[in-house]
Amino acid sequence: MTAITEGAAPPVRDITFRPPGLAARKFKDRAFIFWGVLATLIGLGTLVALVYDLVSDGAHRLSWSFFFSFPSSDPLEAGIYSAWVGSILVILTTAFFAIPIGVFAGLYLEEYAPKNATTSAIEIAVNNLAGVPSIIYGLLAVGLFVQVLALGQSILTAGITLSLLILPVVIVATREAVRSVPLEMRQGALAVGATKWQATQHHVLPYALPGIVTGVIIGISRAIGETAPLILIGGLTFVAFLPVTLPGDAKFTVVGAVDEYGAPVTPDATETVRITADGVVVMPDFSEVPVTSGQTLDLPHGATVQSVASFGDAAQSWLPTHWLGSEFTVMPIQMFNWTSRPQAEFLEAAAAAGLVLLAITLLLNGSAIWLRYRLRKAIKW
Amino acid sequence: MERDFTKKRLRPFEQAMEGLLFIAAVLAIAIVAGILYVVISEAAKFFIQVSPLEFVTSTQWTPLFDSPSYGIAPLLTGTFMSTLVALAVAVPLGLLVAVYLSEFASPRARETIKPTLELLAGVPTVVYGYFALLFITPLLQGFFRNTFGIELPGFNLLSAGIVMGLMIIPYIASLSEDAMRAVPRAMREGSFAMGATRLETSFRVVFPAAVSGIVGAVILGMSRAVGETMIVVIAGGQLPQIVTSPTQQGATVTAFIAQVALGDIPFGTLEYQSIFAAGLALLLLTLVFNFIAFALQRRFREAY
Repeated sequence: MTAITEGAAPPVRDITFRPPGLAARKFKDRAFIFWGVLATLIGLGTLVALVYDLVSDGAHRLSWSFFFSFPSSDPLEAGIYSAWVGSILVILTTAFFAIPIGVFAGLYLEEYAPKNATTSAIEIAVNNLAGVPSIIYGLLAVGLFVQVLALGQSILTAGITLSLLILPVVIVATREAVRSVPLEMRQGALAVGATKWQATQHHVLPYALPGIVTGVIIGISRAIGETAPLILIGGLTFVAFLPVTLPGDAKFTVVGAVDEYGAPVTPDATETVRITADGVVVMPDFSEVPVTSGQTLDLPHGATVQSVASFGDAAQSWLPTHWLGSEFTVMPIQMFNWTSRPQAEFLEAAAAAGLVLLAITLLLNGSAIWLRYRLRKAIKW
Repeated sequence: MERDFTKKRLRPFEQAMEGLLFIAAVLAIAIVAGILYVVISEAAKFFIQVSPLEFVTSTQWTPLFDSPSYGIAPLLTGTFMSTLVALAVAVPLGLLVAVYLSEFASPRARETIKPTLELLAGVPTVVYGYFALLFITPLLQGFFRNTFGIELPGFNLLSAGIVMGLMIIPYIASLSEDAMRAVPRAMREGSFAMGATRLETSFRVVFPAAVSGIVGAVILGMSRAVGETMIVVIAGGQLPQIVTSPTQQGATVTAFIAQVALGDIPFGTLEYQSIFAAGLALLLLTLVFNFIAFALQRRFREAY
């Protein structure tokens, strides 16, 4: 049968038809991928260039003695001992304040807060705090903690300041984590007679924990790298001692007034010093003079008396009441100090310190990202 | 056994916990109040001695001279110049990345690239400062010498601005991508059905639909750049002058505050108070930016 072919042929649609200019439009479409990838590569390339620059400038300075030497006006002797110990103590203080306050505030806003003016004021405050430049927190620290509360230019001041700085990060992370826990979890607990706090503590918090930890890690990593607010509270000083020591460690006392690089403020000034333990005095020209306990000496400013910490010295130094009030330096401040000096050897030390700092922060950020990724895969409500 | 269900049981521990949580939350208001109080009260002491008119109109910022002059203009031009350079770098790159990740990249590529880029935002700014001063600046100096025959100063806002721009790429890219991904799939499919390519759909449908979120992201990045301290302190120079070209060195508002703090600040002096006046200007600037960004992002969230 060929009846179908009879009569007028139905209009055949030319399916090979292409609107004019389609090839060019499709080409542009693909060409954009090139630009998109290029822009992405510039971003990633920055990270590579950054690491390359620091490694080529400073990797050769990384050694055991770099980690366990104090800053010095001799660039080749200079190390980051007081800086990393200071960073750990400051971060411990920061975490001590920021974690409970941030988590509690986040829980309040998600679980307890009624819809009223106070709640929206808190929310506005948190949102605005997240956008306040870090140096403004430094002004708050100087004006309030150092001046009014007289906490001094201490680890305590630094820790509180940084905890305020990362508080919004912890609060926002807590809120997001708590919000993602389904309502049924709470209802189940409440239905069998749990109180609100019991439901929150035992049924919401555990499931929100990984999300909270992610936020805390990112906040802590930010606090580790933060420099500007600490400059304001006077963190840029020459610190050639540790706030905490072990028995048998060297104990350092710098004579007189020195600038942030360890050089005497008034070069010819001297000070009468009574030596309290056997040790050595390192003169500003790096010559060493042995001393014994009970001696009284006229020492030039900038000299360092080194003795060995007794068990009693060491034990006392570990009490928070002792080290919280201590002067300090931290990794980013030490790096900044060296960056602002002209000698190439100091710049190398700065690069080495930067490398350590970068490794720590990238590691922390990387683990936070990994945790977030795991979290998204593991829990499917 | 009868129990009175109309009576609410008193639970002191429950109430104490709620109180504790409330105090933690209210602390956020206290911190904002503390910041405003400290900055405004110290700045007020400054403005008693220096007329606000001089602060706004004078073109010199020389607080450390014998005849000091306190005009915020040089610091503001420094801030605006470095921010402008940063935006010139970060806006095109950040938006290209955002469009690429949101509309073109495979989910797998997106899941890898986005977190890796976010690492850029986690690098300490002091490390960026070192990078600007000792990597980007020599690179730029070579480039300027060879192409224009100009000697670029060792401290300049161009290098600081470029690095600042690289730093804020992840903020702009990540937030813009979120905004574009929030655009409903139906809008894209409608566009594809009309025969548009992905690129045309991206820029004529998705981008306009997400524009308030994208502008919000850019303003947030801008606010970061305005408040950034260490990069400009290290690489931008600390000379307060009216800046007309990014190749000049100049002090930003933040750099001035840090520079004064680096010396021993005698508390209660005019010099000490001047950093709070500068801080107030900075705070107002960033608060306005944040407010606009927040309002814009809210709008885009409510749109669909």
